[in-house]
Amino acid sequence: MTKSELIAQLAAENPHLRQQDIDLIVATIFEEVTAALARGQRVELRGFGAFSTKRRDPRLGRNPRTGEAVEVSAKAVPYFKPGKELRERVNEGTKPRPAAARRAAVPA
Amino acid sequence: METLTRAHLAEAIYANVGLSRNESAALLETVLERMSAALESGNPVKISAFGTFIVRQKGKRVGRNPKTGIEVPILPRKVLAFRPSQVLKARINGEAPPAEDDAA
Repeated sequence: MTKSELIAQLAAENPHLRQQDIDLIVATIFEEVTAALARGQRVELRGFGAFSTKRRDPRLGRNPRTGEAVEVSAKAVPYFKPGKELRERVNEGTKPRPAAARRAAVPA
Repeated sequence: METLTRAHLAEAIYANVGLSRNESAALLETVLERMSAALESGNPVKISAFGTFIVRQKGKRVGRNPKTGIEVPILPRKVLAFRPSQVLKARINGEAPPAEDDAA
């Protein structure tokens, strides 16, 4: 699914909204997350996941073509940790869920 | 620094789009649900200028309980990975965005 396919789905499900509003809703969500990360903030969306940044120390890299050593400066990289619910949904059907099975076996 | 939550994103939609607070929150939920559903069915979600969420299939391997040292099999599973786009990486480091966006 691409961003435009996501927008098309939302438009089909929400015929009362204008196309430009749907574009703006989707753009706002990703822009807010990006801006928060750029400010060094975390974004936590329970059940979906959390966006954060991780620091990378400066290191000595190498130009793979020339073999020359080049300094790579410190930087921050974006990181996404999927939430429990989404992690389980993605993995669904791959294996039995022992914790859930145990819970189900315990009489209430 | 303060962590952003659903409430902040819903408020931003409310402020930018002019829908009610309720509807803003509901649409945010719909967006997250549509993305989750695509990933659940194994499809990647590509958001240009942001990044790509991909489902990776992991094979069976032997793990070890770090406390007891006992070997335990780790069954094949599917995990979700996020590849940030070059645009997102540049924004986070306060750099000019690259000319082309690869969406990945």
